Amino acid sequence: MLHAPMVNAATLGAPVRSRLATLMLFVAGLLIFAVFSGADAMAAVPDHMRVLAAAGPPNRPLTLTVQGIQFGAILAMTAVGLSLIFGTTGLINFAHGELVTIGAVVAFFLNAAPHGPRLQLLVAGAIALVVSGAFGWLLHGVMWKPLTKRKTGLIQLFIISIGLSLLLRSVVQVLFGTDPQSYRNYRIQAAHRYGPIAITDRDLVITIGSLLVLLVIALMLQRTKIGKAMRAVADNRDLAAASGIDVTRVVRVVWITGTALAALGGICYGLTQLVSFEMGFLLLLLIFSGIILGGLGTAYGAMVGCLLIGLVMELSSLWSPVELQNAWALLVMVLVLLVRPQGILGRKERIG
Amino acid sequence: MIVWQAVEGALRAACGPVGAIYALAAIGLNVHFGYTGLLNFGHVGFMLVGAYAVAVAGATFGMSLWVGIVFAILCAAALALVLGIPTLRLRADYLAIATIAAAEILRYVYRSNFAEPVTGGVYGLRQFANGFYDANPIPSGTYGWGSLTFSASDLWVMLVTWGLVGGCCALLFLLIHSPWGRVLRAIREDEDAARSLGKNVFNYKMQSLVLGGAIGGVAGAMFAIYQQAVTPDAFKPIITFDLYALLILGGAARIFGPVLGSLLFWFLYNFCNNLLNSLVNDGTIPSSVLSGTDTGAVTLGLVGLGLILLMAFRPQGILGDRKEMILDAR
Repeated sequence: MLHAPMVNAATLGAPVRSRLATLMLFVAGLLIFAVFSGADAMAAVPDHMRVLAAAGPPNRPLTLTVQGIQFGAILAMTAVGLSLIFGTTGLINFAHGELVTIGAVVAFFLNAAPHGPRLQLLVAGAIALVVSGAFGWLLHGVMWKPLTKRKTGLIQLFIISIGLSLLLRSVVQVLFGTDPQSYRNYRIQAAHRYGPIAITDRDLVITIGSLLVLLVIALMLQRTKIGKAMRAVADNRDLAAASGIDVTRVVRVVWITGTALAALGGICYGLTQLVSFEMGFLLLLLIFSGIILGGLGTAYGAMVGCLLIGLVMELSSLWSPVELQNAWALLVMVLVLLVRPQGILGRKERIG
Repeated sequence: MIVWQAVEGALRAACGPVGAIYALAAIGLNVHFGYTGLLNFGHVGFMLVGAYAVAVAGATFGMSLWVGIVFAILCAAALALVLGIPTLRLRADYLAIATIAAAEILRYVYRSNFAEPVTGGVYGLRQFANGFYDANPIPSGTYGWGSLTFSASDLWVMLVTWGLVGGCCALLFLLIHSPWGRVLRAIREDEDAARSLGKNVFNYKMQSLVLGGAIGGVAGAMFAIYQQAVTPDAFKPIITFDLYALLILGGAARIFGPVLGSLLFWFLYNFCNNLLNSLVNDGTIPSSVLSGTDTGAVTLGLVGLGLILLMAFRPQGILGDRKEMILDAR
């Protein structure tokens, strides 16, 4: 398989920039459409109703946009790990959704379980991140590294990850139960108005926090030595190994950080929705569509793709029933595969 | 005693309609995965359209069941065409995700509110297969030995479905040993080599997808007929995973792999489930360790564990040939 020189990925070249410009145009178009369709909805409201709501009802398209960014950012946190794991090892980890669940469930046991330590959520979440990182390290060391050493094929590994997903999910189901639960802290909050948008403090913090986390990941990948090594291994494993990068160590770090990030995404998602034993599995297909949309194997692609998926899902409720949100997200992925299989930020290569 | 009861229940499930329907569906998957190397992870989507074709034709439009079965085959073939055009040019792992996504989209659409007039929405459709049971030549009553018995209608479903399984096996045997089948296996081994010999790889893959999809559609139709009811949530992705587990257990790329796999899978699955249930019920396993509702989850976890161990240590399954299972996407 042909690979472009590694330098190409390190600097954002002109083609990538033009692609980003196209993408922004698309997003702007989506937003303009959203605002206009919202204006139509407003026109349908009788005059006396408008007077009754003193500040006017919150602008639905803009609120949905914020919700979309929030969900997209949470999705992106979980997706970075999956995409980097694929990039560095070639493994499609179907058990990644369970890593999301495990993070959220560990935090739940520390925070709200009746016989648990009942820690404050921030403390519980921090511990859950450490536990999840350790679990990622364990999975890599005990399972994936030995399997790769035995030269198990990638498709075999993919099916093994499906088995692992079934196994982990049923373990969580037995330990956690089938009923969805919520955390003890930050459960019910009143929405505050910021101009035309209504949002709770919790959601605002989650949205900004997730975007900050994504920024930190981007800085790490761009500036630090291990981040550059990760991108180098994802770009061309053999070349990276030949340049003296310890590939096994890089993969181990990717597993640890990826699992911890998945857990962080899981905790945020559990906070905005509910914690359940299959929450990660239900998110998995959306994570995949985000990654494929952005470009399989790249961290930035995962971020861009997931944000787009979040926006498409929330804004789709303007023109179609809410129950079809997921179908729209998956449809967008299939359409992208049709016209641009390498994804928005992916490099063109033979994939067929 | 408990063990014998569990064995009996498991035998009934394995030889019964469910085992036969899964064997039929797995034969379709064997065409995709075993012989062509297509990672179709949306096989349940073919079963879904097949089942709903029969149900909608019967319950919504009041057509005859036999028309419904023709529709089931046509719908599954159409789904294969629609799915194949965008995805068959992609690498195997992309195909896997695209197919599972397509199957889920279908499930969301079939269960949505706006489709309710046709598909019955979340509640699905029922009582559309009376024509099938009216044609039952077996006099009513129960048949079998000891406590291992089947009702006449179950026996009729079994007879037809196992008959279809036999027919499909024979058809597949002829196809796979024809020049066409050799090209399919060549594509699985090395797509570029097949292409460089002048074979139109895309066309062959598409034909394989349509054939396997149609078999999956018939399996879905038999499932609908057996249950006399369809609901969208009976077609979750887990069915595809079960099919992969039993196909790999029996041996992919083997004519009788799916049949043996289905028999063994359902025997083991129900044996574990029955045994766990009775152990929980009579208190051998205290309810503080495992409650009655968790036994299903434990059995599912065992399926997962079995899949991991099989793939890691014996990827060719029971009947398989290791040389036929060296699939590598990259």
